[in-house]
Amino acid sequence: MSDEQQPALETHDLTVTYHKRPALYGIDVAVPAGSLVGVVGPNGAGKSSFIKAVMGVVPSSGGWVKVFGKPLRENLHRVGYVPQRESVDWDFPVTVMDVALMGTYGGLGLFRGPGKAEKRRASEALEKVGMLPYSNRQIGNLSGGQQQRVFLARALAQDSDLYLMDEPFVGVDAATEAAIVTLLREMRERGKTVIVVHHDLQSAGEYFDRLLLLNMRLVAFGEVKDVYTPELLQKTYGGRLTILSEVADRAAKL
Amino acid sequence: MVQEMSVLASAVDFLIPAGGSAKAMMAAVLLGAGCGLLGCFVVLRRVALMGDAVSHAVLPGVVAGLIYSSERSPGVIFVFAATAGLLGAGLVRLMMMSTRLKSDAALGIVLATFFAFGIMWQSRNQQDTVGVMNFLFGNVGSIDASDLRMMLMTTLVLVVTMFFLRRPLLVMSFDEGFSRGLGYPVKLLNGVFYFLLTFSVVVALQAVGVVLVSAMLITPAAAAYLLTDRFDRMLLLSVLFGVLSGLAGGVVSAEVNGLPTGPVIALSATALFAGVYLVAPRHGVLSKAWRTFRRRMRVRRENTLKAIYQIHEGEGFVHEEVSVLMLARKRGQTEDAVRRDCKALLSRGFIDMAEDGVSLHLSRLGWKRAMEIVRNHRLWELYLTNEADYAEDHVHEDAEKIEHILEPGTVRQLEQHLDFPELDPHGKPIPQPRHLVAQPLLTR
Repeated sequence: MSDEQQPALETHDLTVTYHKRPALYGIDVAVPAGSLVGVVGPNGAGKSSFIKAVMGVVPSSGGWVKVFGKPLRENLHRVGYVPQRESVDWDFPVTVMDVALMGTYGGLGLFRGPGKAEKRRASEALEKVGMLPYSNRQIGNLSGGQQQRVFLARALAQDSDLYLMDEPFVGVDAATEAAIVTLLREMRERGKTVIVVHHDLQSAGEYFDRLLLLNMRLVAFGEVKDVYTPELLQKTYGGRLTILSEVADRAAKL
Repeated sequence: MVQEMSVLASAVDFLIPAGGSAKAMMAAVLLGAGCGLLGCFVVLRRVALMGDAVSHAVLPGVVAGLIYSSERSPGVIFVFAATAGLLGAGLVRLMMMSTRLKSDAALGIVLATFFAFGIMWQSRNQQDTVGVMNFLFGNVGSIDASDLRMMLMTTLVLVVTMFFLRRPLLVMSFDEGFSRGLGYPVKLLNGVFYFLLTFSVVVALQAVGVVLVSAMLITPAAAAYLLTDRFDRMLLLSVLFGVLSGLAGGVVSAEVNGLPTGPVIALSATALFAGVYLVAPRHGVLSKAWRTFRRRMRVRRENTLKAIYQIHEGEGFVHEEVSVLMLARKRGQTEDAVRRDCKALLSRGFIDMAEDGVSLHLSRLGWKRAMEIVRNHRLWELYLTNEADYAEDHVHEDAEKIEHILEPGTVRQLEQHLDFPELDPHGKPIPQPRHLVAQPLLTR
């Protein structure tokens, strides 16, 4: 089967527990290749957990993940990951260029250093997000929006087919937000699949073609016109499933 | 394989000097290099206390090594010490995973337990463990050729491994989640890191002592971290600081009778750190204080310029001169204080003083800067009232600060955004430094 028919990302019964407390229940989803997906839901709905579980950053306690029809491990090189900006220490002694170069390390193995080709890829990625003029800056001397652009450049330098982004719009200025949206659409035009955790329901409807509505379990997944409906949004945001979260709490204390 | 090892060993032997003080110097260089390298990762990953725990945890291993090797073989001591250190590190991790304890509590328990156990075991076997004081407080003089050979080989392993793994270790320390996405074997790398950490502790043990080894892991790297924003430079500087403090400690404790090596090495590292802490160009306290002082002086000059402008404005720009007395009244300062400010403005060419010293007038440069400051202030007030819906009487305080830091690019943006306004929210005209040439006051 060729890539076009394979879903870019497929999860089956994906479940995440933190310290025995379930955060996500049995997510079944198949994201078609070439789509731009927003992951939307209230605080604590498990949006980030979903992406982290797919990437194996947090262990999933059940279910499986396939990327372009194969287990993640075999297709890891086709996946680019953009963690939350707050997850790293921005005082770290690395430059903008160093961070962008990290995107190219996946193909290098443990011991080989980046060569000319890798540096070119990193420069192109920085250029694309407008951060090339800053390549020699230490990353702590950047604004929030600029830091997010550097993270995106690192992902672009990975040159993957599927991208998972955790809250790239948090704490960025309006110009950066617009630039990111343009970039996401451009990536889609080039056939990339992009899955973005997004906190703002208002803009979610216009930024993405598909939405994944999440509240500890999958509420709905589909094209915006089908799932951006009052009923489904109410189901996503309108209160927790009380019994579900109570039982989860109790399970955690066992 | 065995043959290769013996070839390597004889090559190592060739490097070992015969003289006692030369041996001490070499030991100091080795421990400085090893601890300096590892220390960078210890500081950046914020596991400084882990170094402390590992170094205390090796004590029972040292005691075991002393008891079970009759001729005090460094190899045996090394193996026992490293095993104990790794066991300690493993227990810390186990405790963190299986309970809700955070790392500091887990580290504290492991550190104290292993150390207490080591001391107790040692005091029950005093005849067999004569040299234990050297390991507790460090004694470069006690390092003989076979100790040095062990140190040399271990440091070699450490440096080579670090050289090849520095990139993945760096990425993992910076962003563990991302490094998983790259396909790095994160667990394995973490294991390698703690192995190397234990190695560097054991290498430094005999020279610095259990109690103070962690100083060598933290202080040189911390000093390097304050000096540079580049990782490769940090590694080099940290090794350099480590070696320097090792050498200083070795020399001083050899010269001065009765001084133990460990404390002298640790204090040498602290002295280096203190120097860096004071004078580091970007992150040092002196340079920070200097920058703050310079900024405060600039704000003061600009406020004086602004006051001169406002006096002119209040008079309808009819006079060319402003008297020092008027300026003092406007600024709410004594005449002497204003004179001092004027001197600063004079030396920068912003004003000219009359010969009698009672009045002054703005130079062309002074007019330009004064107008810029007043413009910045009023533009910002307008921006806050128009765009951010601040009340008119709430904007002045904010603008007093912002006026000094608005850059030309931001000013242009503000002007465009506000459609090139002429009046501020209080109805005062916003000056245009661009049109300075047209100012009647400056025709002469």
